[in-house]
Amino acid sequence: MNDMTVMDKTVETQNIKIAAKDVNVYYGDSHAIKDVNVEIEDNTVTAFIGPSGCGKSTFLRCLNRMNDTIDICRVKGDILLDGEDIYDKRVDPVQLRAKVGMVFQKPNPFPKSIYDNVAYGPRIHGLAKNKAELDEIVEKSLRRGAIWDEVKDRLDAPGTGLSGGQQQRLCIARAVATEPEVLLMDEPCSALDPIATAQVEELIDELRSQYSVVIVTHSMQQAARVSQKTAFFHLGNLVEFGPTGQIFTNPEDPRTESYITGRIG
Amino acid sequence: MTDLTQSPAGTAPEPRKHGGSLLEQTPRTKRRNAAEKRFRGYGIAAIAAGLVMLVILVTTIVGKGTGAFQQTFVTLNVELLEAKLDKKGERNIEDIKKVTTFGYAPIIKGAMTAVVEELGIETGLKAKDLAGILSKDVAAQLRDYVIANPDQIGQTVEFRFLASSRVDGYLKGRVTRESIVNDKNISAEQLDLVDALAAAGVLEKTFNLDFIFGADASDARPEAAGIGVSMLGSLFMMFVVLALALPIGVAASIYLEEFAPRNWLTDLIEVNISNLAAVPSIVFGILGLAVFINYMHLPTSAPLVGGLVLTLMTLPTIIISTRASLKSVPPSIRDAALGVGASKMQAVFHHVLPLAAPGILTGTIIGLAQALGETAPLLLIGMVGFIASNAPETLADGLLAPNSAMPAQIYEWAKRADPAFYERAWGGIIILLLFLVTMNTLAVILRRRFERRW
Repeated sequence: MNDMTVMDKTVETQNIKIAAKDVNVYYGDSHAIKDVNVEIEDNTVTAFIGPSGCGKSTFLRCLNRMNDTIDICRVKGDILLDGEDIYDKRVDPVQLRAKVGMVFQKPNPFPKSIYDNVAYGPRIHGLAKNKAELDEIVEKSLRRGAIWDEVKDRLDAPGTGLSGGQQQRLCIARAVATEPEVLLMDEPCSALDPIATAQVEELIDELRSQYSVVIVTHSMQQAARVSQKTAFFHLGNLVEFGPTGQIFTNPEDPRTESYITGRIG
Repeated sequence: MTDLTQSPAGTAPEPRKHGGSLLEQTPRTKRRNAAEKRFRGYGIAAIAAGLVMLVILVTTIVGKGTGAFQQTFVTLNVELLEAKLDKKGERNIEDIKKVTTFGYAPIIKGAMTAVVEELGIETGLKAKDLAGILSKDVAAQLRDYVIANPDQIGQTVEFRFLASSRVDGYLKGRVTRESIVNDKNISAEQLDLVDALAAAGVLEKTFNLDFIFGADASDARPEAAGIGVSMLGSLFMMFVVLALALPIGVAASIYLEEFAPRNWLTDLIEVNISNLAAVPSIVFGILGLAVFINYMHLPTSAPLVGGLVLTLMTLPTIIISTRASLKSVPPSIRDAALGVGASKMQAVFHHVLPLAAPGILTGTIIGLAQALGETAPLLLIGMVGFIASNAPETLADGLLAPNSAMPAQIYEWAKRADPAFYERAWGGIIILLLFLVTMNTLAVILRRRFERRW
């Protein structure tokens, strides 16, 4: 387990970007998230790990209110983004999602051209005044998504025609094009092969310089490779949250230890 | 985990369940295979039965209907006698209009007599009976011509006149010398004359464009009846249906599918929309009669009312197919749009709707095709039994003036006594089916062309 060497990664103490206090989520009658308290720092990759159905994706989707689209989902508690409650009545989820971007489990480019995929966000948010500016944003975003060199000659080609790994990087480029402050990633590599996964992981590490990145992953190695902070969820509870190195080498909770050593999950 | 592979100590191994050679089929396998073969046989038989019915249907329709596209015409040189048509000789249009179609009879008789003499045909028929092989429509045709061209009075002009339906039927084999024994409309001598005229080339059977574009005619003149005006009626109804059902249906589906909360009320609405799709169309007809005609006092027999009724009938079809195609757009597309900060409406209109459009279009075309062929509701709002003799001239006329529709026209023809109308009913069915086949083909092509896979 070479990956464990990442425990040496320095964890700088940063500003708190997102603070969740006593968050409870209910799907109808089922209690999906129980009293979760977590503080997500800026310019940090935070990984959520845990067995299937433990609520990590649900919690992630609370952070940009994607759960609003599910009728039976209720969220209680406070989630503060830069000190502001995102579940406040005055908050428009659309405005929030421009600030908190999201990359999904399955690459989901729009069935449009590569250019239009990236340009869509800036267009609807009015980030570009003219075509030249928009071109610039598209190029910058595709570069940040580490896919520019592969697609620069075929920006008019449909985004759905790319390979899986390219599609996912396109989706990341699309997410960063709207200039978010936080990037949420819901198992971004689960549909990718190891090579594409490596590329995306490398990208995530680069993105850390500008964004606060939250990643949900099933792969503990991945969490160990890319993240500085790790949160372990189990049955809707946040069992343990701390620096990645500590979670993987010296977990405090026996459940965390069982999970990372493969005895549960 | 080795305990599973060990047999319990001390007991003899059980005999193998699947002993015997693989090259021999066990009785059980044989039975299963025989059952499968039988089932395939039933399936093929069912499809074959369907195909046979289809072949019978198509051959019957084509066999009986193609006759309607041909009509017997008589080419005559008519001397437009000034003495009969414009006694004063002033070419005053009012005076010319005073001559009724009855006044044209001597001219037609004269023209018939002239052609018989010219060809040297021996016949014992009187002039009146000579003219009897022509359609009753001829006098009106002649009068219309004279009123439109008064300067031609006194000249000899060549005309193509419709032959009467009996003569037409004789040439098509529908009327025989045996069948006319008790027929007062035509005699054996007249048929002799028809044979002679046909041999001389004066009387011939040609393609009849007027059947496709012309207006319906009264009971006495089946040879003059066409489906064109009722086709316009159908067209205007489809226009109303498209203009109302598509936006209403799509708006309702988008709301129900994308925005409405899931609760007992929307469930109820959903169930009822599905039920509405199965409501017999005559129920919509009586609803239209009660609401649009009795309560709102819209004109009877108007394509506008027909269109409104058919809109009600088509809406469930459009809503169901639109919702199905909205549902088939993967939720990941909605997530993607919402994830970059699009509002719900932007997500729907920028991404979901374009992807669902082919399905919506297909559903709409199929709904329209269904409405185009619908007869029952039109019975109740007075679009059946009405003889639309003139094509509408303006848009408002087209919507509000009484008219018929293609299926109603076909029903009307099939109802009339003269077998010549029966032939026209089959011909009308051919035209109606051509429309439906075209629309359905269009729907299939659109679906194939724009269908996206992901």
